[in-house]
Amino acid sequence: MSDRESDIRAPPATGDDGGGEVRYLSQSDLSVPTHQIVAPDGSYDERAVPDLDDEEFLDLYRWMVTDRVFSRRMVNIQRRGELGTFGSTRGQEASIIGSAFTLRPDDWLYVGRAWTPMFMRGASMKDMILFWRGIEEGQEAFAKHNSQIAISIGSHLPLVAGIAWGMHLDDADAVATAYLGDGATSTGAAHEGINLAGSLGLPALFFCQNNQYAISMPYERQSGANTIAQKALAYGIDAIRVDGQDVLAVYDAVQSARERVTEGEPVFVESVTYRLDAHTTSDDPTRYRSDEEVEHWEAHDPIERYRQFLKSEGLWSEIDHDAVVEEIDAEFDEALAAANEMEERAVSEMFTYLYDELPPELARQLAEFEDLLERRPEMYDYIEHRPKG
Amino acid sequence: MQATIVQAVNDALHTEMGRDDRVVVFGEDVAESGGVFRATDELLEEFGSKRVVDTPLSEIAIVGGAAGMAMYGYRPVAEIQFSGFLPPAFDQLVTNASRIRWRTRGELSAPMVVRMPYGAGVRALEHHSESLEGAYAHIPGLQVVVPSTPADTKGLLTAAIRDPDPVLFMEPKRIYRSIREEVPEGEHEVPIGEAAVRREGEDVTVVAWGSMMPPTLEAVEEGGVDAEVIDLRSISPMDTETVVESVKKTGRCVVAHEGPRTLGVGSEIVARINDEALMYLEAPIERVTGFDTPVPLLSMEDFYFPHPPRILDGIEAALAD
Repeated sequence: MSDRESDIRAPPATGDDGGGEVRYLSQSDLSVPTHQIVAPDGSYDERAVPDLDDEEFLDLYRWMVTDRVFSRRMVNIQRRGELGTFGSTRGQEASIIGSAFTLRPDDWLYVGRAWTPMFMRGASMKDMILFWRGIEEGQEAFAKHNSQIAISIGSHLPLVAGIAWGMHLDDADAVATAYLGDGATSTGAAHEGINLAGSLGLPALFFCQNNQYAISMPYERQSGANTIAQKALAYGIDAIRVDGQDVLAVYDAVQSARERVTEGEPVFVESVTYRLDAHTTSDDPTRYRSDEEVEHWEAHDPIERYRQFLKSEGLWSEIDHDAVVEEIDAEFDEALAAANEMEERAVSEMFTYLYDELPPELARQLAEFEDLLERRPEMYDYIEHRPKG
Repeated sequence: MQATIVQAVNDALHTEMGRDDRVVVFGEDVAESGGVFRATDELLEEFGSKRVVDTPLSEIAIVGGAAGMAMYGYRPVAEIQFSGFLPPAFDQLVTNASRIRWRTRGELSAPMVVRMPYGAGVRALEHHSESLEGAYAHIPGLQVVVPSTPADTKGLLTAAIRDPDPVLFMEPKRIYRSIREEVPEGEHEVPIGEAAVRREGEDVTVVAWGSMMPPTLEAVEEGGVDAEVIDLRSISPMDTETVVESVKKTGRCVVAHEGPRTLGVGSEIVARINDEALMYLEAPIERVTGFDTPVPLLSMEDFYFPHPPRILDGIEAALAD
């Protein structure tokens, strides 16, 4: 929506003509820095530390632990057969929490592999359990906080661009944020969504968690691009590459990005992290990656690194880690109990919410089906006993 | 006022943009150029560059962006320049637009319109001639509307813009400018989901829509048949009742459509008649349709979509037994 610099499209001016030689633009000429504040050994430059108060520093820790405990508990109940499937976020806590900590209630958030941001925005663990149980009340609850989870990889980027477009029309003091993974950057929808944001100057923030794998496909085989961050440049969008195991660096990067986005410039952030657990509980990562690789990343545990920082700052003594974990476990127990209390819903739910008004053919299908269920109650038994995948 | 179909599109957009600030029009070449068919002519001048926007050549972003903007509270009317270019954005209709309400139990919704000219017969290149309304009507949660007259075009597009759920609005480009009729000035709404009986008759029911209406009416006139001609107008939701009641009266039926036959809209109409009026039928229902091939390139396209002699042939077959 920016005014054109000139209405005349002239052929390229003479000047920087390469001296008559063919010259390539090459990624090897790019220097892509990775923002880091706390080094893997826990050292840091005091001057680079973001301006947060003690309570905020401690909140970052609590949320990261929440993320880890939540993943652990969800994997456990899945193994007990109490969930369909689950995608653990272990290893990505700094990436997830550092970014979401910058968002405000009026911002919109569309995530892939990031569940705790929903809690940070006001949804409950119960809502997330419902989501993973395939109960629509989950997404309904997230929607109340301007948030959604995208399942079809990359498909949400055009939506986020559209939401940002709405904010732009409203002149809203808010940003539309898409969390995506490395895998999503290979999709056409991601390209078009990011390009639209760049071309119209929309308040969209793209936060890419490069956790190194699209299920089994390592990043280096997904693209010829050395980094994901550099891809943004082709859209005229500035990018930041950040150490996704360093919660303060992620916070700092995304905070800076968010500010810039509110000024009408979309920003792309690549957070370099690692998925320590399987893609989902249905996945066996030992088929495609080595134990050594996982151990290497386990040695770069984001929570451990932040703990070093808190110790250096003298804040660690403020935290009773075991009590924090106990509290989160109790919250999860309560959420699980509440989720288990959910009453069985009427089959009509499947039909009711598709349109504002139920069209005649759907009403007819619903009536036929309700009639069938009444005539053949063995349907319920069959569904209950059918072997589940 | 007297208007063609494409002028009626333009009139509806002007009227609704004037009535509701939330209506935003965008797509390829819609603003400065006013659209390749001039459907969005003068909107930029009247409503400004914030509400009338040229987008990059990006069908996925146009349709997905419309869904996001609609979720946020606007009423986007996005244009896909030709229906043959919708397929890249099919994913956004299937994966997002059509199920935002359902996915969030009504907490969010996507009140949006995707307009696009469809159909063969304008001597254009490949991918400018498709009639895939059957494929789009197969998506739960997506409404598919196809007008055939200027007045209906204005009324149905108005209804689509005001509808709380997504509508794919397919404009019959072959007859964009060939029919001119009186179109109501100002606000004019025709409800989605209601068929129109274009001609009453006793001997056979003929169902068609969009650009198949003129050749269908011509075939009936030409053959001197006492046919009841129904303009379906809304493919999804479909007005089954009007079709079934007519077939109960006539006992015979022909469905004429431009898209491929297999799993086409005609198949569904036959099935619904079987469900509700099988015992009234005196002859098998005839389907006069495009073939299960791509639409041929322009040198042969006229053999693809049904012309009056083919439609009349179908009518006579339905009347034969």
